[in-house]
Amino acid sequence: MSYETDLARIEDIVEELEQSEIPLDDALRLFEEGVERLRTAQAALMQAEARVRKLIEDSDGGFSLADFES
Amino acid sequence: MKRSPKRPVQQVELLEPQLFAVSEPARPYDARALAPTGAQLPGATREQAVSVESLTTLAKSVLEGAFSPLWIRGEISNFTAHRNGHWYFNLRGATSMIRCVLWSRDQRRIPALPEDGMQVVALGQLTVYAQRGDLQCTVSALDAVGDGLWRKALAESTERLRADGLLEPSRKRPLPRLPRRVAVITSPDGAALHDIIVVMRRRCPTVEIVLVPAKVQGDGAPADLIRAIACVGRWGDVDTVIIGRGGGAREDLWAFNSEAVARALAGCAIPTISAVGHEVDITLCDLVADHRAATPSAAAEAAVPVLADARAEAAAMLLSLRSALVRQVQRRRDRVAHAARDLRSGLERDGERRRARVGAIAGRLNALSPLATLARGYAVARDASGATLGSVEDFAPARDFDLLLRDGVVRATTRSVHPTEGDET
Repeated sequence: MSYETDLARIEDIVEELEQSEIPLDDALRLFEEGVERLRTAQAALMQAEARVRKLIEDSDGGFSLADFES
Repeated sequence: MKRSPKRPVQQVELLEPQLFAVSEPARPYDARALAPTGAQLPGATREQAVSVESLTTLAKSVLEGAFSPLWIRGEISNFTAHRNGHWYFNLRGATSMIRCVLWSRDQRRIPALPEDGMQVVALGQLTVYAQRGDLQCTVSALDAVGDGLWRKALAESTERLRADGLLEPSRKRPLPRLPRRVAVITSPDGAALHDIIVVMRRRCPTVEIVLVPAKVQGDGAPADLIRAIACVGRWGDVDTVIIGRGGGAREDLWAFNSEAVARALAGCAIPTISAVGHEVDITLCDLVADHRAATPSAAAEAAVPVLADARAEAAAMLLSLRSALVRQVQRRRDRVAHAARDLRSGLERDGERRRARVGAIAGRLNALSPLATLARGYAVARDASGATLGSVEDFAPARDFDLLLRDGVVRATTRSVHPTEGDET
């Protein structure tokens, strides 16, 4: 959900910057936060291709993922 | 009474040939083969009278030999679910009726209790209920005409789920826009998994697909689906769950109409997408899931964005972030410019006011000035030092003085001084 929250926060920031007149320091801080979050969100979009895995429940109740040949 | 064992079957065949594709009786009546003449048949003479038991047993044997199990159309009446676990009812036609029994072991495949008046088709073996000598049909499968029973079962389960609030639209959670991981509860070798993998790979290959294998049809499928849902819940390290299977016969999809499966799905802590069969198939799982996808491919489309779109969206967000900041600065700059303009025009207005005031003062000053008097034709006498000579006493004979006029100065000399008569004190 971090992508969600990042994007939602960026949208809030954009709105805040557009709607209200805020002290320049605050505006810059908001902008920097927005850029930082955008960087995180974009990192999620730039990941390597993922594999198909299979969920395996171990006997001790733990979980592991094995590659799944599709 | 010499009849071929096939004859009753052939007679019916004329009416409804499609029912009797396999019509060879399994057990012909042996007694006749052993007894070529009527006289030798049991019961042919008083001396050879058969017992009731023999008769009913014989009748049962003949009937069961003559008829394979066959589908019968009719209307249910006098339906009783007996406490011994078996169901008893009659199948009625327009003018006739046959008693039926449905053993408890065969009820499992029947989705809901039939009701009196319901039009059904029943797969039954014609037999004789020996204790009463009744013709009876042992039914092993039963379905309401037009899916009535399945619909009824579904309607009852749906009502219970609704009563428990599990169908409330407010329960539906939004799906994550970009999940890191999507769990897929389905058969490992079904078409659904294949479709989901293909579509998700095409749209957003960065998202990890985790198969949670489960049996999706047949005996034990509901229990296995429930186990898989619980397993995903305990694991928890996933953002979206797809549960489903490809299209199939109604019976094949039925596990997804299990109320227990639907309740397990409703209780799943992770947002769920249900994708069962084709567009037309709507199951209980579809009703309780956070999102209903018409097909497994549609589920994959709902689960992940197109990567390129998401990237474009992120790029667009950066732009709007930038332009929002620029507007902040711009607004400030505009305000400063505005203030400066105000100040300037204020100053200008102030200057004009000042000028106007100076003009007015000047006018008044001018009016008070002796020069104005001169303008009217008077003259002022002054001495060399500029002091006004306002009285005859300021004058002395032969002394020079200046006469100030409107347009210049006249140098003059006093000849004589004559004070006004009677002005002396």
